[in-house]
Amino acid sequence: MSVLINAETRVLCQGITGSQGSFHTGQAITYGTRIVGGVTPGKGGQTHLGVPVFDTVREAAEQTGADATSIYVPAPFCLDSILEAAAAGVRLVVCITEGIPTLDMLLAKASCDAAGVRLIGPNCPGVITPGESKIGIMPGDIHLPGKVGIVSRSGTLTYEAVRQTTDHGFGQSSCVGIGGDPIPGSSFVDILALFEEDPATEAIVMIGEIGGSAEEEAAAFIAEKVSKPVVAYVAGVTAPPGKRMGHAGAIISGGKGTAAEKFAALEAAGVHTVRSLADIGAGLSRATGWQSALAGGK
Amino acid sequence: MNLHEYQAKQLFAEYGLPVSRSITVNSAADAAAATAQLGGGRWVVKAQVHAGGRGKAGGVKLVESAAEAEEYARHWLGRNLVTYQTDAEGQPVHKILIEECVDIESELYLGSVIDRASRRIVFMASTEGGVDIEKVARETPEKILRASIDPLAGPRTFQGRELAFQLGLTGKQVKQFTETFLGLARLFQDLDLSLLEINPLVITRQGELNCLDGKINIDGNALYRQPRIREMHDPSQDDEREAHAAQWQLSYVALDGNIGCMVNGAGLAMGTMDIVQLHGGSPANFLDVGGSATAERVAEAFKIILSDDKVRAVLVNIFGGIVRCDLIADGIIQAVREVGVTQPVVVRLEGNSAAEGRRRLAASGLSIIAANSLEDAAQKVVAAAGGAQ
Repeated sequence: MSVLINAETRVLCQGITGSQGSFHTGQAITYGTRIVGGVTPGKGGQTHLGVPVFDTVREAAEQTGADATSIYVPAPFCLDSILEAAAAGVRLVVCITEGIPTLDMLLAKASCDAAGVRLIGPNCPGVITPGESKIGIMPGDIHLPGKVGIVSRSGTLTYEAVRQTTDHGFGQSSCVGIGGDPIPGSSFVDILALFEEDPATEAIVMIGEIGGSAEEEAAAFIAEKVSKPVVAYVAGVTAPPGKRMGHAGAIISGGKGTAAEKFAALEAAGVHTVRSLADIGAGLSRATGWQSALAGGK
Repeated sequence: MNLHEYQAKQLFAEYGLPVSRSITVNSAADAAAATAQLGGGRWVVKAQVHAGGRGKAGGVKLVESAAEAEEYARHWLGRNLVTYQTDAEGQPVHKILIEECVDIESELYLGSVIDRASRRIVFMASTEGGVDIEKVARETPEKILRASIDPLAGPRTFQGRELAFQLGLTGKQVKQFTETFLGLARLFQDLDLSLLEINPLVITRQGELNCLDGKINIDGNALYRQPRIREMHDPSQDDEREAHAAQWQLSYVALDGNIGCMVNGAGLAMGTMDIVQLHGGSPANFLDVGGSATAERVAEAFKIILSDDKVRAVLVNIFGGIVRCDLIADGIIQAVREVGVTQPVVVRLEGNSAAEGRRRLAASGLSIIAANSLEDAAQKVVAAAGGAQ
């Protein structure tokens, strides 16, 4: 079991003939993802990476029975691509692209909600169920099929958590990058709810960062609805207020959205927090009582 | 990206919103001439910088003669204005806004932001204008009124009307406020704003609304489709090093410490700063070299980090996902040679081809300190910078 995707998931790629879409979809195919087709308007009828290319998502979805899509098109065209996927009835849309205007995301999110479509991202590494399927740009080889669900706003921090859970021998059920933008398609709460329901997930790692109140909302949700152990890390303790720290959403504004507030909210909700990024694996051991595969448990 | 007050007011005027007549000048002579051109006997002169708190810092003044306006302009043009929102150096003043004086009856607040929790543009209005609105929100949240814009329905007239009545407005002010609300909502959407603030929105003795100040931030992700706004950008207000870094697609923020950090990925860059502090060190900067850290960009990143003369040691932390660490190692070696880095450099490479990367660093003959874990890296760089503080 897993969340969002598994070996059966039939995946499209929007922007498959572009450099990013082509490279990462090639990697996904190598990993074992069931890529069933791609979409590039004007290139319908061609074959790329061994799969058929279609002019429209509707046509691609009808012909391939796709139930998920990955979006690699440039930021100015992403709103349209997301709406096109939603209109074609694709149930899961994973948008990797960074730099989408925030007003576009307000509309994309409202439209996906109205259509009952789950949107992951944008500005995210994507989703992986180790050993089964990956949609996105994460390196497949650091993953290990296992029992930890990982949800994160940051790509490279997810990789750190993956590496540690792999090294400790715990492995991952699924990893979901929700992205670093102010308006993500899915929130921590959305993904925590999926992990709580997923029998393969025995513990959860949540990686937050400064800006907004998504971690506080997650804390409230965990206190009420999550029975599995949750280990959390929040990046940006040293970040100065009023400065955007790389991600569009990582900014302390009006004194709100600090790491200290987020740590406090999570701790109050019974979450096992770790203050060092290097401590995620060991934190999981402490929270679950699991034996680490590493000498000394570190 | 931020705009100046004079630019915000120019946009307000184009959207039919009530603003005072004004002239923007960049010389003392023009300041005197502007008073004559505007007429009347009293004017407000305002230094144009990207920072709030100008009034208390002496950047806003009521003048009663052309000579006084000229004197004010002579004093401030070319100087830096330091407010509680700027750093110790302040922001340079290159333009001064000279405005007709209005008689103020009362001060309101009207602003809008993208609210992340509700995922909507939210307008906030309050009768407590002219003061720090964050303080009002903290201490008397009931005095902040809200209207949320449905992304599918857009701003509606009734929402402006509701706010107007809740603010206690009457008569023609209700209509004027509603039109102001709708105009601002249109402006917000047309120009891809991320923040809009009119503080204060005043009611004059004559009973008219007037946008007395204006603050506008624009979503940087949307600048590609806002060519006119791009032209309004004033680079003199930007931090020089941050702007230089941005040209190389490097995300850089200066801090006060002495340990330079170079990291791939924004989250990992923050996490690296945090772990440095956790081990008793003090990070000098945030720097994200991005997903495709080429030798050229790594070299440029070193230059930017070392342009801060407080830096005593540098920590390079790369998690190679798709990028290969051996290529990153080549970039680091080339950069350290080319830039002539004399400070100790601690490098932690993890992920794709990391072992080969570490081997190349060791074989380079350079005094690069290899770290075998994140924690090890943090300890080594703190020691190299002179130990925990």
